[in-house]
Amino acid sequence: MLYVPGNNPNMVKDAHIYRSDSVMFDLEDSVSVQEKDAARFLIFRALKSIDYENTETVVRINGLNTPFGVDDVKAMVRARPDVIRLPKTETPDDIKAVDKLISEVEKAAGIEEGSIKLFAAIENAKGVVHAYQIALSSPRLVGIAFGAEDFVTNLNTQRSKGGLELFTARQEILMASRAAGLHAIDTVFSDVNDDEGFRREVELIKSMGFDGKSVINPRQVSMVHEIYTPTMEQINSARKILRAIEQAESEGSGVASVNGKMIDKPIVERARRTLELAHLSGIYLDEMEEEEFNA
Amino acid sequence: MPENAAGREIPRTIHGLQAVKPFEGSFVNTPLVRIQKGSRTLPRLNKLVESIEQAILKSELKDGMTVSFHHHLRNGDMVLNMVMDVIANLGIKNLTIASSSLTSAHEPLIRHIRHGVVTRLVTSGLRDKLAEEISHGLLDIPVLFHSHGGRARMIESGEMKIDIAFLGVPSCDVYGNANGYSGPSACGSLGYAMVDAVHASKVVLITDNLVEYPNTPFSILQDQVDYIVQVDQIGDPEGISAGALRMTRNPRDILIAQYATHVIEHSGYMEDGFSLQTGSGSISLAVTNFLRDVMLRKNFRASFALGGITGNIVGLHEEGLIKRLLDVQSFDKEAIRSIAENRFHTEIDASYYANPHNKGCATNKINVVILSAMEIDTDFNVNVLTGSDGIIRGASGGHSDTAIGSGISVIVAPLFRGRTATVVDRVQTIITPGDTVDVLVTDHGVAVNPKRQDISERLKTKHLPIYTIEQLQEKAEKITGRPEPVQFEKRIVGVVEYRDGTILDVIHQVKD
Amino acid sequence: MNLIRTGKSGTLESSDVMITVRNNPANKIEIKLKSIVEKGFGNHIRSFVESVLEEMMVVSAIVDIDDRSALDCVIRARLETALHRAAGITVFNWEEIQ
Repeated sequence: MLYVPGNNPNMVKDAHIYRSDSVMFDLEDSVSVQEKDAARFLIFRALKSIDYENTETVVRINGLNTPFGVDDVKAMVRARPDVIRLPKTETPDDIKAVDKLISEVEKAAGIEEGSIKLFAAIENAKGVVHAYQIALSSPRLVGIAFGAEDFVTNLNTQRSKGGLELFTARQEILMASRAAGLHAIDTVFSDVNDDEGFRREVELIKSMGFDGKSVINPRQVSMVHEIYTPTMEQINSARKILRAIEQAESEGSGVASVNGKMIDKPIVERARRTLELAHLSGIYLDEMEEEEFNA
Repeated sequence: MPENAAGREIPRTIHGLQAVKPFEGSFVNTPLVRIQKGSRTLPRLNKLVESIEQAILKSELKDGMTVSFHHHLRNGDMVLNMVMDVIANLGIKNLTIASSSLTSAHEPLIRHIRHGVVTRLVTSGLRDKLAEEISHGLLDIPVLFHSHGGRARMIESGEMKIDIAFLGVPSCDVYGNANGYSGPSACGSLGYAMVDAVHASKVVLITDNLVEYPNTPFSILQDQVDYIVQVDQIGDPEGISAGALRMTRNPRDILIAQYATHVIEHSGYMEDGFSLQTGSGSISLAVTNFLRDVMLRKNFRASFALGGITGNIVGLHEEGLIKRLLDVQSFDKEAIRSIAENRFHTEIDASYYANPHNKGCATNKINVVILSAMEIDTDFNVNVLTGSDGIIRGASGGHSDTAIGSGISVIVAPLFRGRTATVVDRVQTIITPGDTVDVLVTDHGVAVNPKRQDISERLKTKHLPIYTIEQLQEKAEKITGRPEPVQFEKRIVGVVEYRDGTILDVIHQVKD
Repeated sequence: MNLIRTGKSGTLESSDVMITVRNNPANKIEIKLKSIVEKGFGNHIRSFVESVLEEMMVVSAIVDIDDRSALDCVIRARLETALHRAAGITVFNWEEIQ
């Protein structure tokens, strides 16, 4: 998810060229108080006239407890981004309140109710503690993002290289998301010059199970893609597994094995996930594989 | 039988000799040498004259002649203005100026044109106010725009005769041996100047750094030179060369550079021993850095780089990744240092570089070239000379020379700048014809010239956002809107010559 | 919409536009455009701004535009922001804004 400061026309006009999975237009922390209205109008007009092609559009509004949040929702719903992201979500009521407001605006504007999705950003201890309830609080909710900067301040500590202070929060958010069937996105890595550190963090959160990462610099987009892209070895073994399953099914047998190991459901799921990631990275799969993937 | 001056009998005709001219005395027919040995008056042991004015008078500059300059001192050049001021003061008029290019330093020419001192320009490019004025009709006779190779061609063939070449040289001895890589105004290669030195009827060197004889190694040879003038300063070092050029942090430039590197890597033209030429713009620099990563990864070395040599190309050479450097123009301090110190960083003249009519120029041997564009149209024609507002602001340079010579020519540019589209229906001015342009790489996508099916095939499965150039043009127009067409007068203010001497396009005066 | 003070929005950065609006004592629309793409888009920008003013029911204004090659949606957003600021509106009427 590529962060784009909401008051910057140069970046807003074609943020999709960096080919991130989603772009997040920010009306919150990257916009000064005096320019909240300017950013709102800019993103409103940009979303209405610019074709962001296949990139998911997300808008981070100001919280409803600020003087700006309500106007943000009223304007943004009418601009129809794919997702609205609520910062500093602490309780399920926060989500319910914004959900209700979105529904009102959708109705008033003649937009199909439920078409705008929600992302919750959890950025402090209270939010982490309520993670699962937040995850269940609305049918609009499609994912939870973790915001570490505010979180560590809240915890009275700082970010460290290993990220130990974030471990529990990440796990909680991940588990809550998975239990509720939502996406989980990890926090921003703010040192744009530290490529090594960034890569290490992406490897870490990928192995923890996160679906993706927030990035603040377009350069970081390709690095995330690289790390999330399965290797040819992984792809080939995934294909082997799915082919074995297919064969077993066509033979009427309920059991399949590869290299002497029995293949059970979790293995099949992981194999499908690998091919899905491969497909998303645009790795060329020939027709036969397309069929496997769709099976 | 008559006797010659040495007392020998020489027959009037001798078998095998066209004519027989008897010896007349040691000093009679060699005017440049001392009149007699032991004499304290030593004429012509140096070619120094007191002032630019003296050099002009002695060279017998007359109304209507052609004078030439080079642009190796870039934006720091002081030579052209110094010389033209003196010429104007002498009341000489109707001159043609043939400068390899003209930069922002040459705004004072506007005054000389207004006063009739200069009535014609032959150049690769024009910039800033001078260019604007000419776009609005300052000169009666259209400017002749040429490529670097084209200029060498027209000089060598005699199409353009230079009466006097005024060449600023960063170091020079009293007899005229000059080079460009030492002295306070060092500029590196003197490639463009070298052609003038060979072919001009008279050659005047202007230097701020007179050194001991013989000034070896030299680029301009003593036997090409007529007069030498010593002045305080030939150029402003700030404007002559940049310090170390740092790689861009602009994410858009980096994105384009990444795509371009990917294209080159998979084009089939990058293999061990390939050769390349890159520009000096920020995207080109980034591409060079990314190509380095590919070269390290695949264990490739380049056989040579041609240019337009920058510090980062020098860096790759010193790392062992590029074997040789051929340099017609040194862009920054690193390149200047390198050409001075390293015999494998070789100075070449403009003809060797790109003259299409000699026995084989360097641009013929290039595999990969990376070029920029102000505009490119759906036929892949490229414009680097005029803006989309029709006003002259750039230079033809080596663009058309390298595009045709290379195995793959890659244009790198953003799809639009502000709301000005780079990809258009029809460029304002064609500098490089589309059938020599192979790939366009923009931040929004890549287009391959349909004439290059071989490249298209190879790029197919490489995860590049490939579009047709028509699709890119539509994308651009959809975002920016369609501008109103520029209004022109009938009058022609510029003529674009293709490198072979034929006329490719004309530039009309803008209406205002 | 009544303009009660000067409203300004936007920057001079590339691809942006700085727009200043205030009331016009002459009670009509006056547009002063300075644009780096005057030749290709000058007329378009002027008529575009006029049509937005009309849509927003502004009949009297002096509009100063310093354009650095901004796209239409940016010009529109900056204009709308400047107008709302000039009108002292803090409660936005999103139903009416198309």
